[in-house]
Amino acid sequence: MRTDATLAILAMALVTYGTRAGGFWLMRGLPPSRRLAAALRHMPGALLVAIVAPLALASGMAGIVALAGAALIAIRTGRVLPALVAGVALVALLRAILH
Amino acid sequence: MRETITRDELAGDAEAATFTASGALLGARRALPLAITGLADGLVFGVLARQAGMSLGEALLMSGAVNTGTAQFVALGLWVAPLPVVALAATTLVVGARHLLMGATLAAHLGRLSPLRRYGSAFFLTDETWALALRERALGTLDGAFIMGGGLALFASWVVSTAGGYLAGASLRDPARWGLDFVFPALVVALLAGMWRGRATLAPWGVAAAVALAAAVLLPGKWYILLGGIAGAVVGALRDAD
Repeated sequence: MRTDATLAILAMALVTYGTRAGGFWLMRGLPPSRRLAAALRHMPGALLVAIVAPLALASGMAGIVALAGAALIAIRTGRVLPALVAGVALVALLRAILH
Repeated sequence: MRETITRDELAGDAEAATFTASGALLGARRALPLAITGLADGLVFGVLARQAGMSLGEALLMSGAVNTGTAQFVALGLWVAPLPVVALAATTLVVGARHLLMGATLAAHLGRLSPLRRYGSAFFLTDETWALALRERALGTLDGAFIMGGGLALFASWVVSTAGGYLAGASLRDPARWGLDFVFPALVVALLAGMWRGRATLAPWGVAAAVALAAAVLLPGKWYILLGGIAGAVVGALRDAD
């Protein structure tokens, strides 16, 4: 293994672990203010929306319809696995039809 | 006392002072669909790592020590001798900064664990394990070992498929053709469907989407997740205060 490659990989590993542990570390022990607690309550939904919105737009009509279908199944069944199956099956089907 | 109350508030309905084998197993079970479909990603990474001129040892060290999809794929684009070590580290930071916020949202739960368990779990905090943990928390069944269990299943899948892809070498069929790239987006949407609270979530989510879409166009890497998440959370907190 080359030295510069090992060095680069270890630097990437260190940075990545820092971002993963940093959130725990920053919040350790301190009781968050009411405002911060409210922001953290809203953070999961906001992050998930931020993850999926550009992804949905970039995936075109097939992707958007598939995600809408997955959401519908999740609402109707209240379960995650049927929604995953529906999303994957729908996007594969629509891509095959549209392309 | 006050600290306990605030933390419980943050934690939602559940507590996770426990750290059990059954909690880890549940995590692995929940992560299984993602671990199986994720094999395709690792295979692709292995193939591309070989094309980029990495040795098998380097590809495995990267998948094992960095343990992240996106940053590794981005790194392949920069993998030209002489290796730009600083640029690689900086890009990894940009791509991974969202994990700071994800960790913060779960800190109230994992903060009750011993440092070894907490910072051991941190290695396995990925988009996938975080999203799955959110759901367990909403159900009130989030064990302290859940992230480690789910993370180990995904880690095994990622490292093994990296080796497989590297050794297979030949070009693989496009995973997008089978819709396998849509397991994670579908998971995210399914989780959001369960988190929807009508008007209370409309404004924060709308702002998060708008900011993320704009940032995805204007900025490199995955800044859009970080910025969209912060913007949505701030709007939500401001609305709650009114």
